[in-house]
Amino acid sequence: MPDGTGTLNPLVEVRGLKMYFPITAGVFRKKVGDVKAVDDVSFTIYEGETLGLVGESGCGKSTCGRAVLRLYEPTAGSIRIAGTEIATAGFDSLRAMRPAMQMVFQDPQASLNPRMTVAGIIGEPLDEHTTLTRKEKLARIYELMDQVGLNRDFANRYPHEFSGGQRQRIGIARALALNPRFIVCDEPIAALDVSIQAQVVNLLEELQDRLGLTYLFISHDLSMVRHIADRVAVMYLGKIVELAPRESLYGSPQHPYTQALLSAVPEPDPMVEATRRRIIIGGDVPSPANPPKGCNFCTRCPKVMDICREIDPEFREIAPGRHVACHLVTQASQTAGQAAASEASGTTEIRIQQGE
Amino acid sequence: MLTYTYRRLLISIPTLLFISLVIFLLLELAPGDPMAQVPLTVPDEVKQKMREALGLGEPLHVRFGLWLWQFFVIEPLHLIDNLFGTTFAEGQQRVISWQTRSPVMDIVAQRMPQTLWVVGTAYVVAVLIAVPIGVYSAYRQYSLFDQAGTFITMIGFSIPPFFSGVLVIVIFSIQLGWFPSIYDTTHVVNDWDSFVVQLKQMVMPVMVLALQITSQISRYMRASMLDNLGQDYVRTARAKGMREKTVVLVHVLRNSLIPVVTVVALLVPSIFGGAIITEQVFKVNGIGQLLITAIQANDLPMVQTLTFIFAVLIVLFNLIADILYGILDPRIRYD
Repeated sequence: MPDGTGTLNPLVEVRGLKMYFPITAGVFRKKVGDVKAVDDVSFTIYEGETLGLVGESGCGKSTCGRAVLRLYEPTAGSIRIAGTEIATAGFDSLRAMRPAMQMVFQDPQASLNPRMTVAGIIGEPLDEHTTLTRKEKLARIYELMDQVGLNRDFANRYPHEFSGGQRQRIGIARALALNPRFIVCDEPIAALDVSIQAQVVNLLEELQDRLGLTYLFISHDLSMVRHIADRVAVMYLGKIVELAPRESLYGSPQHPYTQALLSAVPEPDPMVEATRRRIIIGGDVPSPANPPKGCNFCTRCPKVMDICREIDPEFREIAPGRHVACHLVTQASQTAGQAAASEASGTTEIRIQQGE
Repeated sequence: MLTYTYRRLLISIPTLLFISLVIFLLLELAPGDPMAQVPLTVPDEVKQKMREALGLGEPLHVRFGLWLWQFFVIEPLHLIDNLFGTTFAEGQQRVISWQTRSPVMDIVAQRMPQTLWVVGTAYVVAVLIAVPIGVYSAYRQYSLFDQAGTFITMIGFSIPPFFSGVLVIVIFSIQLGWFPSIYDTTHVVNDWDSFVVQLKQMVMPVMVLALQITSQISRYMRASMLDNLGQDYVRTARAKGMREKTVVLVHVLRNSLIPVVTVVALLVPSIFGGAIITEQVFKVNGIGQLLITAIQANDLPMVQTLTFIFAVLIVLFNLIADILYGILDPRIRYD
């Protein structure tokens, strides 16, 4: 498990990724602004690991995942997958690279073409990117169905005939068809009920072990991310505020937003749960079309300082493998290694309200 | 699906019988006299005898029953006789037109080819134009092409054929002299030159009709494409690394065609109904023109029969549209 950096090969390197959607208004559809869905995001995913990407709804997680695979045209930034730049690749060369990078979508019902059979859905990329004969193709389809635990007899059925969990298995089989190295899992379990969620997550882990896959696992389910991810990135309003190995992030969150987010995770032990203190942050998320000056979180941050409203904090490595974008942390680490002290007292200093 | 079809066909029998009764009663209530065109010099008692000769002296239920018998038993028998040379319907009274005193179905059979040629061609042309326009304007939404398409379809929707028909006659027949203003039904196609003449006389009525139908269908096509282009499975197809052509023409188009095919099927009865106004403008003596003249002459058997045939076609194509829907969309199953 990659706790540090440098020992493993980076497979996906994202630098300064920006994804703005234009806002148009008026009779002539003039551009009046941008929705900054993803605003200057950088991260690296190492081969064979799972990077969890968490954040509340609308913070740009899914947009980020789609932009990484260039399902959107990014506004700026560089995306390198296995050393190849894809942010600016031409349409045909990009298409040729598609087999290496795949995606499992959030809504398994809507993301499968209702007029294609399972065999058609799984087999279509094989038609496009390989030269298999009919027989080889069918064998491959059956192999994939076996891998994800679908009965071979279902090959000629249509997606609407399956349950949610089975449909997600179809989606995974489809993503696996071309032997990808990197898969973006865009909330693959959000639309499933809890018992099925566990099955699908276990399947994803099993496939990772067997096929050596690398995942970008997007989710708002913090417990599930803790279970599956090796490192976790936390997003707020289009930016990554904290990125750290799983244990250190869940153990000692640095950014006030991460702290608030993690305080919302229920504890399985009722004794601990009874004393769990939730940090409730007031107000609403600002509009991504008009983010606040300075730090994006300054309007809601319980520990806000004057500098936060003026200068956007830099996304910095404060310890090996730990990146945070917060003046509090970077200032503290600058002033003679008092980071530990501020971290220890950090959770009690802020205004705390008792959770239900 | 088969049992569904049978069930629907069975249900359509009482529906159609009821429709025929409604048509019959409506025509009965309508003012007008088949003898209105007879000169005033003919004495009233003679007119009365003529009315009785047409069967108008009988009470309502007898006349309706007679029409039902003639339409549902004798006419089919006559058709069988014609096809196989049998003599089932020999000497039996058929549905007779009051205007011409010849069987209604014979006249319909004479008029049908004109209507099918002109209106049918217009329909095919319209669909062939409308589908690509709809696909492309949806794919490039708000582009110049889309805006121009929207503008032209608005024109097509809002200009009635009695205006556009006369307009094209003024421009292309009178000013430019390219096409004849009257459709000559007696024209026989037997070589290349006569085929060109036929094409020329078809161009204007076909285009006037096609403008309207294209407007409708291309709007449906565009709306349906837009609906599907935003679906998640389209992103899946792109993520699979399919060519853009495959994504649009296979994934999106096939799903978008489902509602459009239904609309097209539902509009087909209007082909047979003929385009009454357009046929009048270009003097195409098809079914639409036949219906108008029959109404003007109070030719009740003709009007009753034609209206009922349209009703049958509408019921039939509704059923066909539903079945097509089931075939095209695997999510819809009737059984």
